Amino acid sequence: MIEPLLFVLLLALAVAILKLKDLFAIAMLSGAFSLVSAGLFTLMDAVDVAFTEAAVGAGFTTVLFLGTLAVTANTERQQPFRLGPLLVVLVVGAVLIWAGLDAPLYGDPTAPVHTHLGAEFIGRAPSEIDMPNIVTAVLASYRGYDTMGETAVIFTAGVGVMLLLGGRKGRDLDEEDQD
Amino acid sequence: MSEVLGHWNQVAVIVLMMIGLYTVISSDNLVKKVIGLNLFQVAVIMFYVSMGKVAGGTAPIFPVDEAGNYVTDIAFSNPLPHVLMLTAIVVGVATTALGLSLVIRIQEAYGTVEEDEILDMDHREAHV
Repeated sequence: MIEPLLFVLLLALAVAILKLKDLFAIAMLSGAFSLVSAGLFTLMDAVDVAFTEAAVGAGFTTVLFLGTLAVTANTERQQPFRLGPLLVVLVVGAVLIWAGLDAPLYGDPTAPVHTHLGAEFIGRAPSEIDMPNIVTAVLASYRGYDTMGETAVIFTAGVGVMLLLGGRKGRDLDEEDQD
Repeated sequence: MSEVLGHWNQVAVIVLMMIGLYTVISSDNLVKKVIGLNLFQVAVIMFYVSMGKVAGGTAPIFPVDEAGNYVTDIAFSNPLPHVLMLTAIVVGVATTALGLSLVIRIQEAYGTVEEDEILDMDHREAHV
Protein backbone atom coordinates (compact mmCIF):
# COMPACT_ATOMS: atom_id res chain seq x y z
CA MET A 1 0.00 0.00 0.00
CA ILE A 2 2.38 2.68 -1.21
CA GLU A 3 -0.40 4.80 -2.75
CA PRO A 4 -1.58 6.48 0.51
CA LEU A 5 2.05 7.33 1.35
CA LEU A 6 2.55 9.01 -2.03
CA PHE A 7 -0.75 10.83 -1.49
CA VAL A 8 0.58 12.21 1.81
CA LEU A 9 3.70 13.43 -0.02
CA LEU A 10 1.46 14.99 -2.69
CA LEU A 11 -0.61 16.80 -0.04
CA ALA A 12 2.56 18.05 1.69
CA LEU A 13 3.82 19.45 -1.63
CA ALA A 14 0.45 21.12 -2.26
CA VAL A 15 0.49 22.77 1.21
CA ALA A 16 4.07 23.95 0.61
CA ILE A 17 2.98 25.47 -2.74
CA LEU A 18 0.09 27.20 -0.95
CA LYS A 19 2.25 28.58 1.89
CA LEU A 20 5.41 29.67 0.07
CA LYS A 21 5.78 33.24 -1.23
CA ASP A 22 8.84 32.63 -3.45
CA LEU A 23 7.33 31.97 -6.87
CA PHE A 24 10.51 30.38 -8.26
CA ALA A 25 10.41 27.75 -5.48
CA ILE A 26 6.69 27.28 -6.13
CA ALA A 27 7.32 26.61 -9.84
CA MET A 28 9.95 24.01 -8.94
CA LEU A 29 7.65 22.38 -6.35
CA SER A 30 4.84 22.18 -8.89
CA GLY A 31 7.23 20.21 -11.12
CA ALA A 32 7.92 17.84 -8.21
CA PHE A 33 4.16 17.65 -7.57
CA SER A 34 3.57 16.52 -11.16
CA LEU A 35 6.32 13.89 -10.88
CA VAL A 36 4.88 12.39 -7.67
CA SER A 37 1.40 12.37 -9.24
CA ALA A 38 2.87 10.57 -12.27
CA GLY A 39 4.15 7.90 -9.84
CA LEU A 40 0.65 7.59 -8.39
CA PHE A 41 -0.86 7.24 -11.87
CA THR A 42 1.53 4.35 -12.56
CA LEU A 43 0.45 2.62 -9.34
CA MET A 44 -3.17 3.05 -10.41
CA ASP A 45 -2.34 1.27 -13.73
CA ALA A 46 -2.68 4.45 -15.83
CA VAL A 47 0.75 4.22 -17.47
CA ASP A 48 -0.21 6.39 -20.46
CA VAL A 49 -1.52 9.14 -18.19
CA ALA A 50 1.64 8.82 -16.06
CA PHE A 51 4.11 9.44 -18.84
CA THR A 52 2.03 12.24 -20.31
CA GLU A 53 1.90 13.90 -16.88
CA ALA A 54 5.66 13.39 -16.36
CA ALA A 55 6.56 14.84 -19.76
CA VAL A 56 3.97 17.58 -19.98
CA GLY A 57 3.24 18.44 -16.33
CA ALA A 58 6.71 18.08 -14.80
CA GLY A 59 8.58 19.21 -17.91
CA PHE A 60 6.73 21.57 -20.19
CA THR A 61 4.49 23.34 -17.65
CA THR A 62 7.49 24.08 -15.39
CA VAL A 63 9.26 25.68 -18.36
CA LEU A 64 6.13 27.79 -19.02
CA PHE A 65 6.04 28.98 -15.41
CA LEU A 66 9.77 29.80 -15.38
CA GLY A 67 9.37 31.73 -18.63
CA THR A 68 6.54 33.75 -17.09
CA LEU A 69 8.53 34.41 -13.90
CA ALA A 70 11.38 35.81 -16.00
CA VAL A 71 8.99 38.61 -17.04
CA THR A 72 6.93 39.09 -13.85
CA ALA A 73 7.86 39.54 -10.18
CA ASN A 74 9.72 36.70 -8.46
CA THR A 75 7.97 36.85 -5.09
CA GLU A 76 4.34 37.07 -4.12
CA ARG A 77 3.35 40.06 -1.97
CA GLN A 78 2.41 39.25 1.65
CA GLN A 79 -1.34 39.56 2.07
CA PRO A 80 -3.68 39.66 5.07
CA PHE A 81 -5.56 36.51 6.06
CA ARG A 82 -9.15 36.46 4.81
CA LEU A 83 -11.86 34.23 6.27
CA GLY A 84 -14.13 34.06 3.19
CA PRO A 85 -12.04 31.78 0.95
CA LEU A 86 -11.31 29.39 3.86
CA LEU A 87 -15.02 29.05 4.68
CA VAL A 88 -15.90 28.43 1.01
CA VAL A 89 -13.22 25.74 0.72
CA LEU A 90 -14.21 23.99 3.98
CA VAL A 91 -17.91 23.91 3.08
CA VAL A 92 -17.33 22.73 -0.51
CA GLY A 93 -14.83 20.08 0.67
CA ALA A 94 -17.20 18.78 3.38
CA VAL A 95 -20.11 18.56 0.91
CA LEU A 96 -17.96 16.73 -1.67
CA ILE A 97 -16.66 14.20 0.88
CA TRP A 98 -20.20 13.62 2.18
CA ALA A 99 -21.51 13.11 -1.36
CA GLY A 100 -18.63 10.75 -2.19
CA LEU A 101 -19.40 8.30 0.64
CA ASP A 102 -22.09 6.62 -1.50
CA ALA A 103 -19.64 5.90 -4.32
CA PRO A 104 -18.15 2.41 -4.89
CA LEU A 105 -15.03 1.57 -2.84
CA TYR A 106 -11.53 2.00 -4.26
CA GLY A 107 -10.60 -0.88 -6.60
CA ASP A 108 -14.08 -2.48 -6.50
CA PRO A 109 -14.32 -4.55 -9.74
CA THR A 110 -18.16 -4.54 -9.65
CA ALA A 111 -18.40 -0.73 -9.71
CA PRO A 112 -20.71 0.58 -12.48
CA VAL A 113 -17.75 2.28 -14.19
CA HIS A 114 -16.23 -1.16 -14.93
CA THR A 115 -19.32 -3.13 -15.92
CA HIS A 116 -20.56 -1.19 -18.95
CA LEU A 117 -18.42 0.59 -21.55
CA GLY A 118 -15.04 -0.27 -20.01
CA ALA A 119 -15.58 -4.02 -20.28
CA GLU A 120 -17.00 -3.55 -23.78
CA PHE A 121 -13.85 -1.79 -25.00
CA ILE A 122 -11.56 -4.41 -23.41
CA GLY A 123 -13.58 -7.19 -25.03
CA ARG A 124 -13.77 -5.71 -28.54
CA ALA A 125 -10.38 -4.01 -28.91
CA PRO A 126 -8.30 -7.16 -29.73
CA SER A 127 -10.48 -8.28 -32.65
CA GLU A 128 -11.60 -4.87 -33.93
CA ILE A 129 -8.46 -2.72 -33.59
CA ASP A 130 -5.70 -5.34 -33.13
CA MET A 131 -3.65 -3.07 -30.89
CA PRO A 132 -2.12 -4.38 -27.64
CA ASN A 133 -2.54 -1.06 -25.81
CA ILE A 134 -6.29 -0.58 -25.21
CA VAL A 135 -5.81 3.10 -24.28
CA THR A 136 -4.25 3.77 -27.70
CA ALA A 137 -7.00 1.82 -29.44
CA VAL A 138 -9.74 3.85 -27.74
CA LEU A 139 -7.92 7.19 -28.09
CA ALA A 140 -7.05 6.94 -31.77
CA SER A 141 -9.90 4.82 -33.10
CA TYR A 142 -13.09 4.58 -31.03
CA ARG A 143 -12.73 8.18 -29.83
CA GLY A 144 -10.80 9.49 -32.84
CA TYR A 145 -13.14 12.47 -33.33
CA ASP A 146 -12.57 13.45 -29.70
CA THR A 147 -8.82 13.46 -30.27
CA MET A 148 -9.31 15.53 -33.42
CA GLY A 149 -11.32 18.05 -31.38
CA GLU A 150 -8.50 18.11 -28.85
CA THR A 151 -6.07 19.01 -31.62
CA ALA A 152 -8.37 21.87 -32.61
CA VAL A 153 -8.35 23.12 -28.99
CA ILE A 154 -4.54 23.03 -28.86
CA PHE A 155 -4.34 24.83 -32.21
CA THR A 156 -6.73 27.53 -30.95
CA ALA A 157 -4.71 27.97 -27.76
CA GLY A 158 -1.51 28.19 -29.79
CA VAL A 159 -3.02 30.87 -32.04
CA GLY A 160 -4.20 32.71 -28.92
CA VAL A 161 -0.72 32.66 -27.37
CA MET A 162 0.79 33.89 -30.64
CA LEU A 163 -1.74 36.74 -30.92
CA LEU A 164 -1.12 37.77 -27.30
CA LEU A 165 2.66 37.54 -27.29
CA GLY A 166 3.63 37.67 -30.97
CA GLY A 167 5.09 40.91 -32.31
CA ARG A 168 6.05 42.17 -28.84
CA LYS A 169 9.63 42.80 -29.96
CA GLY A 170 8.44 44.99 -32.82
CA ARG A 171 6.17 47.07 -30.57
CA ASP A 172 8.96 47.62 -28.02
CA LEU A 173 11.21 48.90 -30.83
CA ASP A 174 8.49 51.27 -32.09
CA GLU A 175 8.14 52.77 -28.61
CA GLU A 176 11.90 53.24 -28.37
CA ASP A 177 11.89 55.01 -31.74
CA GLN A 178 9.28 57.47 -30.48
CA ASP A 179 11.43 58.22 -27.43
CA MET B 1 -15.02 5.38 9.93
CA SER B 2 -14.43 2.33 7.69
CA GLU B 3 -16.61 4.10 5.13
CA VAL B 4 -14.06 6.92 4.99
CA LEU B 5 -11.11 4.49 4.86
CA GLY B 6 -12.60 2.59 1.92
CA HIS B 7 -12.96 5.91 0.11
CA TRP B 8 -9.46 7.13 1.02
CA ASN B 9 -8.76 7.93 -2.62
CA GLN B 10 -11.76 10.24 -2.86
CA VAL B 11 -11.07 11.93 0.46
CA ALA B 12 -7.40 12.54 -0.46
CA VAL B 13 -8.35 13.81 -3.92
CA ILE B 14 -10.98 16.18 -2.49
CA VAL B 15 -8.50 17.59 0.09
CA LEU B 16 -6.01 18.12 -2.75
CA MET B 17 -8.71 19.77 -4.87
CA MET B 18 -9.65 22.12 -2.02
CA ILE B 19 -5.99 23.14 -1.51
CA GLY B 20 -5.92 24.05 -5.21
CA LEU B 21 -9.23 25.93 -4.98
CA TYR B 22 -8.00 27.81 -1.88
CA THR B 23 -4.82 28.81 -3.72
CA VAL B 24 -6.91 30.17 -6.59
CA ILE B 25 -9.38 32.22 -4.53
CA SER B 26 -7.13 33.39 -1.67
CA SER B 27 -4.03 34.50 -3.58
CA ASP B 28 -3.86 37.86 -5.36
CA ASN B 29 -0.84 36.89 -7.47
CA LEU B 30 -1.98 35.79 -10.94
CA VAL B 31 0.91 33.35 -11.48
CA LYS B 32 0.07 31.61 -8.21
CA LYS B 33 -3.58 31.47 -9.23
CA VAL B 34 -2.60 29.58 -12.39
CA ILE B 35 -0.50 27.17 -10.30
CA GLY B 36 -3.51 26.63 -8.01
CA LEU B 37 -5.62 25.88 -11.08
CA ASN B 38 -3.02 23.25 -12.05
CA LEU B 39 -3.25 21.62 -8.60
CA PHE B 40 -7.03 21.51 -8.99
CA GLN B 41 -6.66 19.94 -12.43
CA VAL B 42 -4.27 17.21 -11.24
CA ALA B 43 -6.71 16.43 -8.40
CA VAL B 44 -9.60 15.95 -10.85
CA ILE B 45 -7.43 13.75 -13.10
CA MET B 46 -6.40 11.71 -10.05
CA PHE B 47 -10.08 11.26 -9.15
CA TYR B 48 -10.96 9.83 -12.57
CA VAL B 49 -7.89 7.59 -12.71
CA SER B 50 -8.53 6.23 -9.21
CA MET B 51 -12.10 5.34 -10.26
CA GLY B 52 -10.67 3.26 -13.11
CA LYS B 53 -8.45 1.15 -10.82
CA VAL B 54 -9.51 -2.51 -10.39
CA ALA B 55 -8.07 -4.34 -7.36
CA GLY B 56 -5.67 -7.02 -8.67
CA GLY B 57 -5.92 -5.58 -12.17
CA THR B 58 -3.03 -4.59 -14.38
CA ALA B 59 -2.36 -1.77 -16.86
CA PRO B 60 -4.76 -2.08 -19.85
CA ILE B 61 -2.18 -3.46 -22.29
CA PHE B 62 -2.60 -7.01 -23.61
CA PRO B 63 0.43 -9.26 -22.95
CA VAL B 64 1.43 -11.45 -25.93
CA ASP B 65 1.92 -15.20 -25.43
CA GLU B 66 4.44 -17.45 -27.28
CA ALA B 67 2.10 -17.97 -30.23
CA GLY B 68 1.82 -14.22 -30.71
CA ASN B 69 -1.79 -13.98 -29.52
CA TYR B 70 -3.10 -11.43 -27.04
CA VAL B 71 -3.74 -12.71 -23.51
CA THR B 72 -7.21 -11.37 -22.73
CA ASP B 73 -8.34 -13.48 -19.75
CA ILE B 74 -6.68 -11.42 -16.99
CA ALA B 75 -8.09 -8.48 -15.04
CA PHE B 76 -7.37 -5.05 -16.56
CA SER B 77 -7.99 -1.65 -15.03
CA ASN B 78 -10.57 0.40 -16.90
CA PRO B 79 -8.91 2.11 -19.91
CA LEU B 80 -11.72 4.64 -20.47
CA PRO B 81 -10.87 7.12 -17.65
CA HIS B 82 -7.24 6.98 -18.80
CA VAL B 83 -8.19 8.01 -22.35
CA LEU B 84 -10.39 10.87 -21.16
CA MET B 85 -7.71 12.14 -18.77
CA LEU B 86 -4.99 12.02 -21.45
CA THR B 87 -7.11 14.51 -23.39
CA ALA B 88 -7.67 16.58 -20.23
CA ILE B 89 -3.92 16.84 -19.45
CA VAL B 90 -3.03 18.05 -22.93
CA VAL B 91 -5.90 20.55 -23.06
CA GLY B 92 -4.90 21.67 -19.55
CA VAL B 93 -1.40 22.52 -20.73
CA ALA B 94 -2.83 24.49 -23.66
CA THR B 95 -5.06 26.54 -21.33
CA THR B 96 -2.16 27.05 -18.88
CA ALA B 97 -0.04 28.44 -21.72
CA LEU B 98 -2.87 30.77 -22.75
CA GLY B 99 -3.42 31.90 -19.14
CA LEU B 100 0.27 32.58 -18.60
CA SER B 101 0.53 34.62 -21.80
CA LEU B 102 -2.43 36.70 -20.55
CA VAL B 103 -0.48 37.19 -17.30
CA ILE B 104 2.53 38.42 -19.29
CA ARG B 105 0.35 40.89 -21.22
CA ILE B 106 -1.16 42.14 -17.93
CA GLN B 107 2.36 42.58 -16.53
CA GLU B 108 3.26 44.68 -19.58
CA ALA B 109 0.12 46.80 -19.43
CA TYR B 110 -0.08 47.37 -15.65
CA GLY B 111 3.46 46.69 -14.40
CA THR B 112 2.17 44.23 -11.77
CA VAL B 113 0.48 40.83 -11.53
CA GLU B 114 -1.16 41.41 -8.12
CA GLU B 115 -4.90 41.38 -8.69
CA ASP B 116 -5.85 44.01 -6.06
CA GLU B 117 -3.34 46.52 -7.44
CA ILE B 118 -4.69 45.97 -10.96
CA LEU B 119 -8.28 46.51 -9.75
CA ASP B 120 -7.19 49.68 -7.90
CA MET B 121 -5.64 51.04 -11.11
CA ASP B 122 -8.79 50.26 -13.11
CA HIS B 123 -10.93 51.86 -10.41
CA ARG B 124 -8.85 55.07 -10.34
CA GLU B 125 -8.85 55.25 -14.12
CA ALA B 126 -12.65 55.00 -14.20
CA HIS B 127 -13.02 57.91 -11.75
CA VAL B 128 -10.57 60.33 -13.36
